[in-house]
Amino acid sequence: MIIKSTDTGFVHPVPSEITPEAVYQQRREWLRVMAGGVAGAAMASWAARSAMAQMPVGAGTGKPAPLPGTRSGVPGAMTIEKVTDYRDATSYNNFYEFGTGKSDPARYAPAMKTTPWTVEVEGAVRKPAKYTLEDLLGLSALEERIYRLRCVEGWSMVIPWVGYSLNELIQRVEPLGNARFVEFVTVADASAMPALAARILPWPYTEALRLDEAMNPLTMLVFGMYGEILPNQNGAPVRLVIPWKYGYKSAKSLVKIRFTERQPSTSWNRVAAPEYGFYGNVNPNVDHPRWSQSSERRIGEDGLFARKRKTLMFNGYEAQVGQLYAGMDLEKNY
Amino acid sequence: MGVARILLHPAAKPALFGVCLLPLAWLLGAVLTDRAGPNPAEYLIRSTGDWALRFLCLTLAVTPLRVLSRTPALARFRRMLGLFTYLYGALHAVSYVGFDMGLVLSDVLTDIGKRPFILMGFTAFLLMTPLAATSFNRAIRTLGSARWQMLHKLVYGVAVLAVLHFFWMRAGKNDQAEVLVYVAILTLLLGWRWGRLMVKNGKNPSSAGQS
Repeated sequence: MIIKSTDTGFVHPVPSEITPEAVYQQRREWLRVMAGGVAGAAMASWAARSAMAQMPVGAGTGKPAPLPGTRSGVPGAMTIEKVTDYRDATSYNNFYEFGTGKSDPARYAPAMKTTPWTVEVEGAVRKPAKYTLEDLLGLSALEERIYRLRCVEGWSMVIPWVGYSLNELIQRVEPLGNARFVEFVTVADASAMPALAARILPWPYTEALRLDEAMNPLTMLVFGMYGEILPNQNGAPVRLVIPWKYGYKSAKSLVKIRFTERQPSTSWNRVAAPEYGFYGNVNPNVDHPRWSQSSERRIGEDGLFARKRKTLMFNGYEAQVGQLYAGMDLEKNY
Repeated sequence: MGVARILLHPAAKPALFGVCLLPLAWLLGAVLTDRAGPNPAEYLIRSTGDWALRFLCLTLAVTPLRVLSRTPALARFRRMLGLFTYLYGALHAVSYVGFDMGLVLSDVLTDIGKRPFILMGFTAFLLMTPLAATSFNRAIRTLGSARWQMLHKLVYGVAVLAVLHFFWMRAGKNDQAEVLVYVAILTLLLGWRWGRLMVKNGKNPSSAGQS
């Protein structure tokens, strides 16, 4: 008897877990680069063994190296929505240091140098330290999390990020009792960022969170996306992702993390306080002064003639983060 | 008089008509062949707005060019350029209502009330409508040349509103470089008219400036 089934046997939990062949091939390039000493002595010695065997194949393809992460167990971290096309997620970006056009970051960011890279952790912590990128990569197990990303401009994507909870780092530096906020300073590299001269925003771009927001397990320190290291236009080599806040809160290309007692000023808030609040929580009920925030267009999915989809409170992460704002007037604290 | 011969050639108007349709063809082509980027709705809304503003500048450039270059034949293209301004303006409005507001008219009205830059754009479009509607020869005859001219001075208001609309839309982004280009062009075009009016009034206060 023949039992007919539509199941092909190839059922993957999420599309992003399927590694394209091209990506698999580039692992060799990554290993070769690491063996060249870029990734630091400790990892290089491990990588060298594999790299030697792999050297001739796949080198010089110019595509990002793979960076796999294990499926995250953090509640809310694995939406089952359709993942945005890699091409859209890496060609439609806001990264004003490279220009205000959506395609400017993809055009100019490749010139940015991301090796070597260090992130300084300072301020109200017991253990301030300067971390190299390799230190950070080895600090905790890399997880893959699929988050919704809602831009304050009214569009959204679904992106599989690779990294871990920022809290892993926070625990290691041991915040002091007076630490109440965390400030994030991003890179301002005039040699690679053509728009720095335009003074659109106060550079370097800075962002900040309340300490409890920063410690929420959903707040993520990110090194990769789609199973690969971050492309420069998406904030390489290390960035923040806070899925319940508008995208501008998720600072890219971090160079400094500072723990403070007072609420730090933030770049967008400084230039347009009525439009960009300190919190920047996704909230369909509080409109941006120049447009409604009640709906959004999902990039690559909501076609030209589709109605925009409803924006969810805290971008759909209310169950995980709602308690952080209990009793607060979100009309005032936008 | 080679230039005048070309401008007066029977094929000149159809040729310009074809050229004016090129941006529209380009936009449609981009959408149909998936070259409109990750956010085609935004692409269409912005591009049609850009082209409306460009055609407005072209329309307003006809008279200064005609006078300064002593080429009266240029006048025969002004109406067509004006109508194309209206066409791209209408496509801009339709794209916004259709793609951004999902054709929900109550949302459009709320939006007009809430966002000053939408109000500016909407008003500019409204002011263009009677101009487009009275663009044919019989309307000029019916209205009488003087009244028709008066009515069509509304285009200056449209220019100011259109630039304000663009400026306000960009205001939060603190990035006005592109807006300033249009401000410069329109200041030049309107300033030239104002200057001519002053000169005329100085010579003969009874004659009004002709646009």
